[in-house]
Amino acid sequence: MLSVKDLKVYFQVDGGFSRAVDGVSFEIQDGETVCLVGESGCGKSVSALTIMGILPQPPGKIIGGTIFFKGQDLLLMKEEEMQKVRGNHIAMVFQEPMTSLNPVFTIGDQIEEAIRIHERIDEAEMRKRSIQALKDVGMPSPEQRINDYPHQLSGGQRQRVMIAMALACNPDLVIADEPTTALDVTVQAQILNLFKDLQQKRRMSLLYITHDLGVVAKIADQIYVMYAGIILEKGAARDIFYNPCHPYTRALLASLPSRSKRGSKLYSIPGSVPDPAHTPKGCPFHPRCSFALESCTSQFPGMSDWGNGHFSRCPVIYDKEAGKGGN
Amino acid sequence: MENNKSNIDMELETPVVGQVKSRKRELLRLLKENKLAFIGLIIFVIFFITALLGLLLTSGKEPVFDPSMVRLQEKLLPPLASPHLESLRPHEVPKTGVYVFGTDDLGRDVFARMLQGAWVSLTVGFVAVGIAVLVGLFMGGIAGYFGQKYIGLDHIIVVLLFSTGATLSLTGKSFTGFIVIVIDLAFVFSLALIRWKSRKSRYFKWLDLLRKKTLSIDTLIMRVVDIMLCFPSFFLILTVVALLPASIYNIMIVIGLTSWMGTTRFVRAEFLSLREQDFVTAARALGVNDYRIIFRHMIPNAIAPVLVSATIGIATAILTEAGLSFLGFGVPPPNATWGNILSDGKRFIFDAPWLTFIPGFAILLVVLSFNLFGEGLRDIMNPKLRERH
Repeated sequence: MLSVKDLKVYFQVDGGFSRAVDGVSFEIQDGETVCLVGESGCGKSVSALTIMGILPQPPGKIIGGTIFFKGQDLLLMKEEEMQKVRGNHIAMVFQEPMTSLNPVFTIGDQIEEAIRIHERIDEAEMRKRSIQALKDVGMPSPEQRINDYPHQLSGGQRQRVMIAMALACNPDLVIADEPTTALDVTVQAQILNLFKDLQQKRRMSLLYITHDLGVVAKIADQIYVMYAGIILEKGAARDIFYNPCHPYTRALLASLPSRSKRGSKLYSIPGSVPDPAHTPKGCPFHPRCSFALESCTSQFPGMSDWGNGHFSRCPVIYDKEAGKGGN
Repeated sequence: MENNKSNIDMELETPVVGQVKSRKRELLRLLKENKLAFIGLIIFVIFFITALLGLLLTSGKEPVFDPSMVRLQEKLLPPLASPHLESLRPHEVPKTGVYVFGTDDLGRDVFARMLQGAWVSLTVGFVAVGIAVLVGLFMGGIAGYFGQKYIGLDHIIVVLLFSTGATLSLTGKSFTGFIVIVIDLAFVFSLALIRWKSRKSRYFKWLDLLRKKTLSIDTLIMRVVDIMLCFPSFFLILTVVALLPASIYNIMIVIGLTSWMGTTRFVRAEFLSLREQDFVTAARALGVNDYRIIFRHMIPNAIAPVLVSATIGIATAILTEAGLSFLGFGVPPPNATWGNILSDGKRFIFDAPWLTFIPGFAILLVVLSFNLFGEGLRDIMNPKLRERH
C-alpha cells in the first residue's frame, strides 16, 4: 500500500547539509504493522513527517526518492490534493499528547473538526460519530468527556483522544510517532493494546515509530532498524528478534534489561550517535561496532540477503555459538 | 459552603450546559476576587449605560437635554445652580430643575454636553481600537505565519506599477494612469502565461531574475511597523487630521490607523510561538488548511492577550481624542466632546473651574477604570489561573 523508495531528506545547517534521512526504503502492506526502530535523531520522525507532507521546509529539503501510496507519488502531489489525503487516508498520532490538542476547544469540537474537513454530514450525526469514536478508543463515559477541555484530561486520555481523531475518518494507514513515549508504563501498555485491537478490528496498516524494542516485540509484523538516516536491517519481527544479523540490532537487543541478566550491569552501546552533519565514511555504525572490518571504514556496505525477506547491511557473518564475527 | 452548592448544581445539570455555565461562573468568580478589576468593570458599565442614555436624551429634534441650547443670560453658573426662571422661556429650563454641572460661557448646560460627549468618547475609543486590533491581527498574523516566505522582484514591480497608475489617475492625469494600470495588468498576465508555458521546460532562464527573492514578508511588515513607531504618534495624528476635513469618523480612523503597531508586534510574537506548537502540526496532519489553522486554531489562542491590550488601548484612544479636541483639531463644534468642553473651559479656569474639572475628572475616571479592568483581565485570562477548578 505504501512504498517509500530511496527517500533522502536533508536539513540545511550552517555551512552544509545534515543528512537526516539518507536513502531510506520501506514498504507497508495492507493490514500490516511495520515498526521503524532506532535511537533518537536517526530520522524516524523526519521520515514520518515527510510521508505526511508536513515536514517544515525550509530548513528541511527533500532531495530525492518516491513515496507511492495506492499508486500515487505523494511527493509530486499538490498541497490541496495532499490535504485530502491527510487525515482521510493517512492519519498520524503524535508523541506529545499533552500539547497536541488545542487548549481552547473541547475535545468534541476537535474530533468533529477532523470529520468535518473530509466529510459533509449534519451536526447530530457528527456528534454521534465523535462519541462513537471516543467509545472505540476506550474513553470512559464519552458522552460527558466530549465536552471536556484538554486540560481536564490525563495524558493517557489525551492520547486516546488523539487516536480517536486520527481514526475518525477511517484512514487506511495510521502513522504513530512514538505515541507511548510520554506516558506512564501502565498507560503505555493500555495504549499499545488499544492500537493492536483497533488495527485488527479495522484491518488498517500501521507504521509504528519507536525506540522501545519491548513495544516492538508486542505489535510488529515487520521491523526496520534505522541508524543515522539509513536502514541497517529489515525483516519479519521473529527473524529480527531471534536471529539478528546486524551488530547494531544485536547491540540494541543486548541493552534490553531481562530476567536472565539480573544483577549484572546493563549493556550499553559504546560511543554515541554520530552528528548527522558529519556522518562517518563507510558504514555509519563502524566507530561503535566491535566487529568492524577494514573495509567498513571506507565502503558503504550493501544489503545482504538472509532469506525470508530478512536483509542486513553488514558484511560480517555472525557466529551465534562462538559469539564472534567471521567473514 | 457556597462552593459545595455550586458543585452539586453542576452535577445536576446536563453536561453541555454545566460546562458553559461553570466556565462563566469561574470567570465571574475570578473577576470578583480581583477587587480593582471589578470596580473598573462597574465604572465601565455605568459609563456605557450613561453614554447610551446620553445619546438617546441629547439627540433628535426635541432632545430632553439640549447640549447646544444657548442661554446667554445664564452663563458661567456653578454646579447645582438653579436657573433664573423669570428670564427663561419654558422649553429653555433644564429638565433636571438645576444645572447639575453648571453652565459654560454661552450658558449651555454642561451636564447635557457631558452626556453627549460620553457617547463620542465611547465610539471613538471602541471604533479606533477596533480598527487597530483588526489591522494588527491581520498584519501580525501574516508576519507570524507566512513571515518566512519571500517577496519576488516581480511582486514589487507589479505593486509599484499599480500604485503609480492609481496615484496618477487619482491626481487628475487619469489617461496616463489608466495606461500604466493596463501595462501593469499586461505584465501580470504575460508573467502568468510564461510561467504556465514553462512549467516543464526551463528555457526562460531570465525569468529567474524576476523571481529573485528580495526580502521576506516578515521583514517588510515589521520594518513598516518600526517606521510607523518612529513618528511621535500624536504629531502624526495632528498632521493627518490637519489635512483631512474635521469629522468624528476621520478622527476614529486616523487614531485606529496610527495605533495598530503594538497589536501587530504582539500577534506576530504569539503566532511565532503558536505555529511551532504540536497542536498546529497535529491539525495539519489532519488535513486542515492554512486559513483554517490561522482562524480556528491560532487566533483563539492568541486573542486573549490582544483583547487585554485592547481595553488599555481604548483608554489611550479616549485620551488622544480628548487631546485632539483640546487642541481644537478634534470633533468640530457644536458637537460636544469631553476634550472640547475642557478646551473651552480653560479660558475661565479661575472664574469657572468646574468647566475644566468636570470633564477632566470624567476622563480620569473612565481611563482609570479601563486600565484597571484591562490589567485585571490580564490576570484572569492567565491560563494558570483559569485552569484552577
